[in-house]
Amino acid sequence: MQEEWRGFTSGVWEREINTRDFIQKNFSVYEGDESFLAGPTAETEALWEQVLELSKKEREAGGVLDMDTEVISTITSHGPGYLDKAKEKIVGFQTDKPFKRSLQPYGGIRMAAKACSDNGYQIDPQVEEFFTIHRKTHNAGVFDAYTPEMRACRSSHIITGLPDAYGRGRIIGDYRRVALYGVDRLIEDKEDQKASTRTIMYSDVIRDREELSEQIRALKDLKKLGEIYGFDIGRPAANVQEAIQWLYFGYLAAVKEQNGAAMSLGRTSTFLDIYAQRDLKEGRFTEEQIQEFVDHFIMKLRLVKFARTPEYNALFSGDPTWVTESVGGIGIDGRPLVTKMSFRYLHTLQNLGPAPEPNMTVLWSVRLPLAFKRYCAAMSIESSSIQYENDDLMRVAHGDDYAIACCVSSMRIGKEMQFFGARANLAKCLLYAINGGIDEITKKQVAPEYRPITSEYLDYDEVMHKYKEMMKWLARVYVNTLNIIHYMHDKYCYEKLQMALHDKKVTRWFATGVAGLSVVADSLSAIKYAKVKVIRDADGVAVDYEVEGDFPKYGNDDDRVDEIAREVVHTFMQYIKGNHTYRGGIATTSILTITSNVVYGKNTGATPDGRKAGQPFAPGANPMHGRDQHGAIASLASVSKIPFRDAQDGISNTFTVIPGALGKENVVISGDLAVELCEGCCNPVAQSAEPDYGTAE
Amino acid sequence: MKGWIHSVESFGTVDGPGVRMVIFFQGCPMRCAYCHNPDTWGMRQGTLMEAEELLERFRRNRSYYRNGGITATGGEPLWQPDFLMDLFRRAKKEGISTCLDTSGVIFPYRKTETGWETAQSGIHEDIRGYGVRMPFEEYEELFSMTDLVLLDLKHMDSGLHRKLTGHANEAVFAFLEFLAEKEVPVWIRRVAVPGHTDDPEELLQLGEYIGGFPNVKAVEVLPYHTMGRQKYEALGIRYRLEGVPEASEEEARKVREQILKGIRKRRSAG
Repeated sequence: MQEEWRGFTSGVWEREINTRDFIQKNFSVYEGDESFLAGPTAETEALWEQVLELSKKEREAGGVLDMDTEVISTITSHGPGYLDKAKEKIVGFQTDKPFKRSLQPYGGIRMAAKACSDNGYQIDPQVEEFFTIHRKTHNAGVFDAYTPEMRACRSSHIITGLPDAYGRGRIIGDYRRVALYGVDRLIEDKEDQKASTRTIMYSDVIRDREELSEQIRALKDLKKLGEIYGFDIGRPAANVQEAIQWLYFGYLAAVKEQNGAAMSLGRTSTFLDIYAQRDLKEGRFTEEQIQEFVDHFIMKLRLVKFARTPEYNALFSGDPTWVTESVGGIGIDGRPLVTKMSFRYLHTLQNLGPAPEPNMTVLWSVRLPLAFKRYCAAMSIESSSIQYENDDLMRVAHGDDYAIACCVSSMRIGKEMQFFGARANLAKCLLYAINGGIDEITKKQVAPEYRPITSEYLDYDEVMHKYKEMMKWLARVYVNTLNIIHYMHDKYCYEKLQMALHDKKVTRWFATGVAGLSVVADSLSAIKYAKVKVIRDADGVAVDYEVEGDFPKYGNDDDRVDEIAREVVHTFMQYIKGNHTYRGGIATTSILTITSNVVYGKNTGATPDGRKAGQPFAPGANPMHGRDQHGAIASLASVSKIPFRDAQDGISNTFTVIPGALGKENVVISGDLAVELCEGCCNPVAQSAEPDYGTAE
Repeated sequence: MKGWIHSVESFGTVDGPGVRMVIFFQGCPMRCAYCHNPDTWGMRQGTLMEAEELLERFRRNRSYYRNGGITATGGEPLWQPDFLMDLFRRAKKEGISTCLDTSGVIFPYRKTETGWETAQSGIHEDIRGYGVRMPFEEYEELFSMTDLVLLDLKHMDSGLHRKLTGHANEAVFAFLEFLAEKEVPVWIRRVAVPGHTDDPEELLQLGEYIGGFPNVKAVEVLPYHTMGRQKYEALGIRYRLEGVPEASEEEARKVREQILKGIRKRRSAG
């Protein structure tokens, strides 16, 4: 066995690239509590102080502190950058200094130039000229192929948020491979793959060979990135500090190369814990040192920054990077994948304070160790920075080595990738069905000229019939638009480093998404159970609706309307699946607009549920604001009737609760007398209110 | 059978252990000055619902309630005893945990040397006036199906209790004795209203009193808040605690500590 692997239990992972096998053979479950954790070191505090100072300056400068306007970002484009070299235990920035955003024009030169100019910087004219005339971008490719219909859908916002001018993201490289195998071995493996492609040069074989060459080139660059910072990452990592550093270099190379809509990290904590356990056992590092490495690593992840336009930030409510890290979950053999490192990751929320990034996502199962559940709950209360997702549900589809990209998209690490696909506006689609394809705002004929509904009152069967026809059209144009986008992204903005950290044969999820589900469900319910009168303008276009009487509203665990929501999702998904998808992508859909629902609502006219023109949609699969009257579980119950198999890319139901409604500690001063009376103490012991997360996410 | 229901909260986490479906009964004989649900006072309002209908709602979301159950609160659930009995009987048949949040003021029996007999004091006259009095055997049956009682003990002094709530407190004491005899676990609740329910002497007395009941398992103190005040305005009812400040968490903690002190005193005395 290699020296770097001393003490590890052998397995298939030695002979082939197989991180999961390594984890399963070597990790130790931790069922204890958080008492072993160490606080921040003086160095950590000093560095974080420096970060806070720079963040303040960045805010004062209007959101961007510095931008590169000349050097095109590649894996090796910049020299080393540091906050304070002497103090940093984990190193590496996207450019030559922290808070300086890199220039990434491959997704689209106009977006890159606009990101600069909107923030008060001017892109080097030569760069602009080069990427306009001499080197085509993803964006230019897409617009060469778009049909007039696709352009019309885009500008009328029935399809919104298409990744046709920027990096699509949503791909997670298996960054752990860099630490476990070292880059040299990964290059060897890719060389083997290239040597074993099929021999007749069909276009897909040619593409495979070209892509594998690109991947090998990216890995060689990754090795150089290590050298820039003074490390030889050609060999495997020999201890936990190196393992974190190697892994981070893998991730850093990805964000230097791609300004993706979501650049998630994966599921790294349990992997790294194997190294930490060995170092603790061999006395190489103390718990305090290990926590320091983790703190510095997380600090780096918090400082991932991209150059973006104000419109982009408006769509996503902020400047998100979606550095999602998945923690916990249960293995298929029943062992919880909770280790001390799971605690250390969450503990950074205390050592560095709360932060939205990296997006710590606990893969929740009823079978997680109780001490870990309690710690998660305590950290959630303290930081409001932890996301929970249903491992019991996702494990069935993705096994036990999947991770979340962005907010809910689950995929097996290194084995599955996703073509990210924005969303179709199902509420607007309903209006198109009523108006025969005429946009209710622009009055342009966007969809085919189907017969509009002309009656004064809407009839459920008639509307439903026309709606399904319109959904069928929408699904077709939507999938075809995405086919063009992903073809061009692969061609002009290929994620060579991230794909180098995948197997040769990759499953591709073809992700679609929908917005406005609760508006549609309530609208159809109003048509079915109340009376909806159509108000038409001078051109005969339905622009408003009057609802007479009451109707069941989605979000109250009422089957009459919940069934409508289920049917809409199922039907749309069937139509999506009826289309050809690029590169054999397997179609999935998601219902998870978490922030962009405001923008979608703004671009949609009045709907038959009584929602006025321009009013926001509810986020994701949420009920419309104020229409759920029986509390959170009834609302979750409505959402959970949407089958996961019809929306495998994720369903969200976002709700806010005042802290007091979640537990007693701060509202009711309660406690167990038996405990308190014997100890005679006055610290209340919170009643155990173990949350059951049921089936919704 | 049907009962008058004010509303149902599907996600209750502060009325009993775990996540619970909380059923707010409509109608209450008490007129507590600090009540934050005055809209649950009136009888024969709200929605008429079948017990089965409520349980059906519970069943379909049972996975959320694994460590919880149902809680009957209000209003005063014992004000509709037959309906409550029906609800709990059905729940117990399916092994659902039952919790009752009550003031106890409606309990119409008292213990004498010879056993339990109908109480004759004024408060019970009031209650009989509403035509509701469940036979003692049925009380026994109901509480054999009740896993936990949240008993709101509003004041030890009967006169002040009447001033605060409109009723004397003898029935509450009798009720607690009954629960002790039937070995029904009880959590004592107290709303800490500054200047009204936070007198250290009285709290000590309360602690010493409840310390004598082995079935008292926990003490919860809720800091008084004024969030219910708009409801009074909307209903056109005068708000009697005008100008009384909200209680801080710290004050509530002190109130609780004082009650615990009383309990310790009593329990160490044996």
